[in-house]
Amino acid sequence: MEDLLSLAVKAIFVENMALAFFLGMCTFLAVSKKISTAIGLGISVTLVQAITVPANNLILTYLLAPGALAWAGFPDVDLTFLGLISYIGVIAAMVQILEMILDKYFPPLYNALGVFLPLITVNCAILGGSLFMVERDYDLAQSAVYGLSSGFGWALAITAMAGVREKLKYSDIPDGLQGLGITFISAGLMAMAFMSFSGVNL
Amino acid sequence: MAQTYRTMLVDPMVDNNPITLQVLGICSALAVTSSLQVAMVMTIAVTLVTGFSSMFISVLRSQIPSSIRIIVQMIIIASLVIVVDQVLKAYAYEISKTLSVFVGLIITNCIVMGRAEAFAMKNPPFASFVDGVGNGLGYGLILMLVGFIREFLGSGSVFGITVLQTVNNGGWYVPNGLLLLPPSAFFIIGLIIWAFRSWKPEQVEDREYRIQTVEAH
Repeated sequence: MEDLLSLAVKAIFVENMALAFFLGMCTFLAVSKKISTAIGLGISVTLVQAITVPANNLILTYLLAPGALAWAGFPDVDLTFLGLISYIGVIAAMVQILEMILDKYFPPLYNALGVFLPLITVNCAILGGSLFMVERDYDLAQSAVYGLSSGFGWALAITAMAGVREKLKYSDIPDGLQGLGITFISAGLMAMAFMSFSGVNL
Repeated sequence: MAQTYRTMLVDPMVDNNPITLQVLGICSALAVTSSLQVAMVMTIAVTLVTGFSSMFISVLRSQIPSSIRIIVQMIIIASLVIVVDQVLKAYAYEISKTLSVFVGLIITNCIVMGRAEAFAMKNPPFASFVDGVGNGLGYGLILMLVGFIREFLGSGSVFGITVLQTVNNGGWYVPNGLLLLPPSAFFIIGLIIWAFRSWKPEQVEDREYRIQTVEAH
């Protein structure tokens, strides 16, 4: 239990997806103009991340890893090279299913999050989460915790960024830095602030 | 046609750079630039993947039903990335370790998807290939620039060869450790964007709010 908690804290603050690994930067910079949209996107990412990382973990353990197909009578088969294509397939399928479920059973939520869901398929934070899970050999429980907390960390970062940008638009910025340039520099300052969490251990 | 191929190749490098203007493919641009060698491998990988994925998608463009085109594009891109990943693991294992997940993340690099969607679905194969390579190189240009600044000032070397002798090794140069840390990439790209836009003022974005001076009567 304790190591799971420590993993969660690490994934949210120390190894923040957006600010320490720069994953999901495209959406991070493009959709952080308003706090409300940033929160919507953040929730969708957390949701998808929490589903896909454990799902990909199952696929890895029971289909792709060396010897995983022993139950089907192929103990020598190693399909790990198919990893990338299966993870992205799972992500695309999960997003599609989530979209349909939300549309059918939770229309208000669908109206709020619907526009963001297609964006999420190509969000590197989602695929990155699955790849980190593979690289670090997480088991099912760990990957469930990791998926949820890394998604939450990303949501936290984009919401904070949107807050900064809402204030930023009133400031007098040199012409060349207007828009994208100043956004980068403020993201850099935020990343430095997040670096102060490094070394925190629970 | 020769002229247009040339513009297709050169245009994305300066006038329509994927990173500084289109805001695409930022993730890896920030993460893999702490040394020049890694940045170069990444540039080559992305350029090849963008070029060939645009070409294959363009070959298949009239066969792909538009309702499932994203999935089809994803599969083509993912297959190419798997090839790149396997080649790197076989011939450049050390670099493949340093790049870790970022090779896999070429799949979700928005430049590849963006070019497939915006250009390759409407244009013939060779033009799409040139366009893909051009965009890959435009991305690589920024990547190498950032990589050069970070490695040169952060550890006093270029491509791993020591240029400025650092204090630790008995030289005079005190390396700026900040440049090896992730946040510096944000600052450098921000400043590069500033430089680009001062050079080409038509790229400057409009202000959302303008400070108006009210004249006293």
